[in-house]
Amino acid sequence: MTLAMETKTFRVPRWLKRHETLLAIILLIALFGLGLLNDRFLTLDNLLNQGRLMTEIGLIALPMTFVIITGGIDLSVGAIVGLCAIMLGYSWKIFGFPLPLAIVFSLFVGALAGFINGLVITRVKVPPLIMTIATLALYRGLAEGISQAHSVRGYPEWFYFLGQGSVFGVPTQLLVLLVLIVIAGIVLDRTTFGRALYAIGANETAARFSALSVDRVKLVVYTLSGLASGLAAWVLVSRVTTTRMDMGIGYELDVIAAVVLGGTSIFGGSGTIWGTVIGLVMIQLLKNGLALTGVKGDATIVVIGVALILSVLIASSLQRRRD
Amino acid sequence: MTATAITSSANARGGLFRRLAGQELLLAVAIVALAVVVGFINPRFLAARNLSDILLGNAYIAIAAVGMSMVIISGNIDISVGALIGVLATISGSLAVAGAPIIVTWLAPLVIGVAVMAAQGAIIAYLRIPAIVVTLGMLSILKGGLISVTGGKWITDLPQNFHLADLSFFGVPMPVIIMVLATVLAALWMRNSPTGRAIYATGGNPEAARLCGVNPQRTVLMVFALHGFFAGLASLVYATQLRVIQSTTPQGLELTIITAAVVGGVSILGGVGTVVGSTLAAILIAEITSALVFINVSPYWTDALRGALILATVIADILRRQRRAAQGWKR
Repeated sequence: MTLAMETKTFRVPRWLKRHETLLAIILLIALFGLGLLNDRFLTLDNLLNQGRLMTEIGLIALPMTFVIITGGIDLSVGAIVGLCAIMLGYSWKIFGFPLPLAIVFSLFVGALAGFINGLVITRVKVPPLIMTIATLALYRGLAEGISQAHSVRGYPEWFYFLGQGSVFGVPTQLLVLLVLIVIAGIVLDRTTFGRALYAIGANETAARFSALSVDRVKLVVYTLSGLASGLAAWVLVSRVTTTRMDMGIGYELDVIAAVVLGGTSIFGGSGTIWGTVIGLVMIQLLKNGLALTGVKGDATIVVIGVALILSVLIASSLQRRRD
Repeated sequence: MTATAITSSANARGGLFRRLAGQELLLAVAIVALAVVVGFINPRFLAARNLSDILLGNAYIAIAAVGMSMVIISGNIDISVGALIGVLATISGSLAVAGAPIIVTWLAPLVIGVAVMAAQGAIIAYLRIPAIVVTLGMLSILKGGLISVTGGKWITDLPQNFHLADLSFFGVPMPVIIMVLATVLAALWMRNSPTGRAIYATGGNPEAARLCGVNPQRTVLMVFALHGFFAGLASLVYATQLRVIQSTTPQGLELTIITAAVVGGVSILGGVGTVVGSTLAAILIAEITSALVFINVSPYWTDALRGALILATVIADILRRQRRAAQGWKR
């Protein structure tokens, strides 16, 4: 390393300067730091359990990366989680659907909720921020109105496999998340759909003139966001065994923080799934590390809020320097 | 529908009467019509006690919506205001219980409100970070900070003279006086002063505003500082009404305030709207919430209704603009 520094031709390799690589290095340092501070932290059990706990946020963070790359945002994801959890519990207990059908139905409701967001955003041209603030109120309100604050519990044993079971020692939902991470990564990096997301985020008008079906791509992206929120609701209900109308409150913060911390530009046009995964792990470690050192849950959201603002500040000042 | 079409063209400029012929008149008619219909179904709704409860209990939302309207007109958004009001209420309550002079407990929320919002405004305006990111981060900082500092303990035994909202002037209760004063002064200032017009210019087209000699960054900073002042005023009315201050942030308050601003005719695309509209809308929303109880609809439907209301208004506003733009092309 020192030898290389002395020769004038040496440049820091591009991959090392990337936001994701820097984050990964910080992440490793944080891992060892927390491990030194607390001997319960760097145990396989604890890490696997953290993987279980971060899955719901992670599932939503994948399509949120797509949404933010196109230059949009989806604040309604937490509300969709609440609505889908209620639809799952109610269609099973009250409407008398068989449980598998209830699950499919709640996933459908999630996708529909996202589709409605996308439809109004693309057809009526309501800005995504405003549309999803409105549906944040609407979807949460539907969850409250339909459930009348009653909760649903008493699911059959097999239902808990997704949220509490494990396969070869790995939490079931973490496996699901890993598979979806790989799929999302390939879609974003290796398909025309993925490239279209960057094109739309970088310059929507240019993308339109390049004959990209901008509206259809956006519609798919918001629908995916809703569908993933529905999936997260299923995982969440299975993990905590009850359905309540206030499920998923504040998820939008964790999800957006994970995506933005992972280097996806809030202005659109750049970002990676790999970065989002690191951002996600960092947020979970932050929560876990703080909890192990005795900090309460309410104080951790302060830290996440600070991390969100700082990461955008740093990213945009780096961007300005590069320009 | 024609009435609303008139507003949008009159919103930019135009006589007071033509202005009132639009969204504001529509809202006023809706407030009266709703009262008549619900009063017909359940006369107890029209009891003086209930009507004054609606007005007094929600004046703080209208006051906060004045600041929110300015923020939205300037082309920004703030989702931290609900949490801020909770924090400010707790601060002034704690000060009062700790025995601080009453004037200090009343001024503290105003000063801290301005400081917090101006800090956010500076980051948004000068560091060019989107308002949604900054205010989402601030929302969690305030919310988490409040609960971890107070441990969720309630503030009781407030001194008698703390309750500013219980005072009245010539029989008019203080919350109503503050609400009307805040609305009227802000409306006149925004309509007639160059700095007030600068808010509309910045929201309508920041680049054009800059070329006309308006400093959009300074305008955004000023708007957020003012928004902080109105949030402080709102928390003052809110806190001094209560006998017990729960030191948590009111759930979803920011959504109610945004709804009031948007339903009041503030265009979410920036550049258009009045604070008279937002105050009327705050009253209408409070009236709807109260009416639900009197026509035996579960209050758990309130949030869904609020969401539907904001969605319908936003869609109507944007469709109206598009139609106007299309007509413009033909001419």
